Amino acid sequence: MGSSFVPGLKVSRHTVLRKRRILPLKGEVKKNLGDEVAASEVVAETYLPGKVHPMNVANLLGVVPADLPRCMVRKEGEAVQRNEVLARSTSFFGLFKNEVTAKVEGTLENVSTITGQVMVREKPTPVQVRAFVDGTVVEIIPQEGVVLETTATYIQGIFGIGGETQGRITVLVEAPGEELTAESIRSEHAGQVLVGGAFASLAALRKAVEVGAAGVVVGGIDALDLVEFMGYDLGVAITGSERLGLTLIVTEGFGHVAMAERTFSLLTELSGSEASINGSTQIRAGVIRPEIIVTRAREQREAPPGDELKGLEVGDLVRIIRQPHFGELGTVTSLPHELSTLESESRARVLEVTLATGQILRLPRANTEVIAG
Amino acid sequence: MNNEPTVKVILATDCGSTTTKAILIEKVGQEYRQTYRGEAPTTVEAPFEDVTMGVLNAVQEVAEISGRRLVGDDGRIMTPARGKEGCDLYISTSSAGGGLQMMVAGVVRSMTAESAERAALGAGSIVMDVIACNDKRLPHEQIERIRQLRPDMILVSGGVDGGTTKHVVELAELIAAASPKPRLGSGFHLPVIYAGNAQAADEVATVLADKTDLNVVPNLRPVLERENLGPAREKIHDMFLEHVMQQAPGYKKLMSWVNADIMPTPEAVGRILRTIAEKEGINAVCVDIGGATTDIFSVFGGEFNRTVSANLGMSYSISNVFTEAGLPNVLRWVPFPMDERDLRNRVKNKMIRPTTIPSSLEELVFEQAIAREALRLAFEQHKAFASRLKGVQQQRTIGDTFDQGAGGESLVNLMDLDLLVASGGVLSHAPRMAQTALLLIDSFLPEGVTALAKDSIFMMPHLGVLSQVHPAAATEVFEKDCLIYLGTCVAPVGKAKEGSRLLHWRFETETGRVEEGELHQGELARVPLALQERAHFSGHPEKGIDLGRGKGTKVETVLKGGEVGLVLDGRGRPLVLPADQGRRVECLHRWLKAMDAYDARLYTL
Repeated sequence: MGSSFVPGLKVSRHTVLRKRRILPLKGEVKKNLGDEVAASEVVAETYLPGKVHPMNVANLLGVVPADLPRCMVRKEGEAVQRNEVLARSTSFFGLFKNEVTAKVEGTLENVSTITGQVMVREKPTPVQVRAFVDGTVVEIIPQEGVVLETTATYIQGIFGIGGETQGRITVLVEAPGEELTAESIRSEHAGQVLVGGAFASLAALRKAVEVGAAGVVVGGIDALDLVEFMGYDLGVAITGSERLGLTLIVTEGFGHVAMAERTFSLLTELSGSEASINGSTQIRAGVIRPEIIVTRAREQREAPPGDELKGLEVGDLVRIIRQPHFGELGTVTSLPHELSTLESESRARVLEVTLATGQILRLPRANTEVIAG
Repeated sequence: MNNEPTVKVILATDCGSTTTKAILIEKVGQEYRQTYRGEAPTTVEAPFEDVTMGVLNAVQEVAEISGRRLVGDDGRIMTPARGKEGCDLYISTSSAGGGLQMMVAGVVRSMTAESAERAALGAGSIVMDVIACNDKRLPHEQIERIRQLRPDMILVSGGVDGGTTKHVVELAELIAAASPKPRLGSGFHLPVIYAGNAQAADEVATVLADKTDLNVVPNLRPVLERENLGPAREKIHDMFLEHVMQQAPGYKKLMSWVNADIMPTPEAVGRILRTIAEKEGINAVCVDIGGATTDIFSVFGGEFNRTVSANLGMSYSISNVFTEAGLPNVLRWVPFPMDERDLRNRVKNKMIRPTTIPSSLEELVFEQAIAREALRLAFEQHKAFASRLKGVQQQRTIGDTFDQGAGGESLVNLMDLDLLVASGGVLSHAPRMAQTALLLIDSFLPEGVTALAKDSIFMMPHLGVLSQVHPAAATEVFEKDCLIYLGTCVAPVGKAKEGSRLLHWRFETETGRVEEGELHQGELARVPLALQERAHFSGHPEKGIDLGRGKGTKVETVLKGGEVGLVLDGRGRPLVLPADQGRRVECLHRWLKAMDAYDARLYTL
């Protein structure tokens, strides 16, 4: 109700994180309450029903569907091998035989006397859910999975591609405004999470794939480079299932945008630590942002620094997230209550921001985002 | 409703994906008027997971502004009204949690499957996919798709009554093999509605009854020449209430508060549009452009159609609009140079930060250029779908059946369109009304004489539900408070040379003010005609030019005034912008200046 709540992305040095690790369908939970698990351990497992292959056996045999059951060599529920005879019809006192063989190995699931269709289901495929982060099992969701708790550094990106992976953090730039170049990426970076500054070019991304890096974390990328890198243009921001050879996390946005100082200094501090990263992004109701998680030893845990999301206040550091001045940082100096007329003549709630240069801007509140810390 | 006359205070809410909107309608003297409104974030998702919290917040805002107490100590909406407390009727619509999501199946993609799609869309659903025997996917791919999508329900059609049963039972077997699970409430069977060949119903039941919550209704395509979508639509609505709503967080409680069934938001919009079109005897189109999707509703010759363009929207889907329309199509509306690389980054930044708004004039013009293309593409989809030979309850001759093979002629005839209604952020919140009018004209390209209006606070969903329980109040509020008339567009159609005369026009208002002039090819003109004014208009088109009554034939009509007034559009149909960069910018400048659409600074960019 008219709140001036402007959430930013979460960037926490120390936080107690709970992760739900759930199967896509019911199965078996492999861990117990209180178990300490490592990121790579399997916490729950199930079998996805195999693919179903229908074929119209009645048509193939040249019989009416109602006659199909007596032609079936294999019955419903039986296992069948590839190329094994499934059904056979004979005519002319057994002189002519007509046979239909299975195209896949699996189980004969259904024989329809109405349509003449026979369904063979392939073997189930195992699906495993791993812990993804080191932590303790604090809740068991029967037949579905677990909730893990861990103390960690937690950094959200704005956009990413590629799914869950792990690797050691290596910072390849000196400053958050610096560009991650292809030349700086070398073969020893295989399996690592490479941190750049303001920008990673297409050449840098390709080099990272070439050396086998696990991931790249960078302030900005170019939209056209992304099209080239993915091989298609992204219509809506629903990602995570891409198989491009690495997981990419963009922390600020499209274009050359310096990585937020706090994010960069945290990642620099964590250089050499093992990180769990996930590029999955869903910008819809129930938004999902990409994340970087570095588990911290429990004893390192400090009192939370109060980085919970809060309402916007004078003195807050904000980033401008729309042109003009996209990517610039400033301090909120005023939060006028009444609606103001913008240059576009739209009316909106605004705030006044003072940039580092001393320039004062009046901007729609919706076009800024709080930078924690 | 029996006690219609005693109803004095009506409270209505619409629970959208992001915002819950509440309006208060009160009897003021002898008429019903919308008096107050409030809004609050929707609370369907974690951490709240109770839609009623957002409802109460929005209602509380109305209560604070109006001074009427609406929420009781028990945390419920107070009914009936007593003095300055409570309301007589409380109603609600909902599209929260992604709305109603369905999958439909039919035997032939362009026939029964399309009829099923129409039934689902008409019932306010999002159609996630259409499965048909001839959709060019292999059966195991279809099974995988059904299993992955997890819809709220499936509508199965196929076969005319008495026709072949084999294909439709095959469809049922595919669904049974996929054994789909509902999106909400994993312990329940997925609702499946069977509306196909009546003779196959028993066999379909044999296949599906144990694995799904099967409901059989009369065939939605009993014969090839006729659709019968009513029973399927009603069953969808019932299942929506019984299953989907029951599983959505907080809806059980909300359902116990309302005085009429909760309706999916698009269904409610469709109902009010149909009611108005019928009452006024007009053809109407309504567009609602949102962040993710664009809904278009039309009533032509009494036939209603709705389409949802799932990935055409102004924030979440903006990048997709850009991809589908192509850069040149978007940029043709922008009268200043832009760098492609920078522009693509801007679009993607809007996609990942969907709540940002254009603050500079340059940004606004660019965003409205994308909106024109989103609307154009969505309307193209609508025109293709709303086809004459496949309309609701349409009687056809056997000769028409063969025509259908050719794809069917669109029901949407822009020359017959009387009213074009705009809603959704980019249209409703455009800083100048002339921008809204021009966005509508440029993307829908109305022909002849067409009234333009906007539903600035998107009140149509509320009025759609209200029309079910109190039609008088619904139509009264629609006429008096819902629509803001922008004016009327007069657009002659026909081939003419640039600069040649298209028509001579004249209007006289009720107060005796007379305006007249000529419209030439390539010209766009705006003549003030205030909101409360009505004028008798006559237009004499040149030979070969049509204004709605045939080439060269004079048209006389009554014009509705509005914030923009009369817009005379001589730019031709289809509207083709000059390929030459300089000429294009010159044309845009001339048209935008004629409309007084933007601040003069635009022309210096």
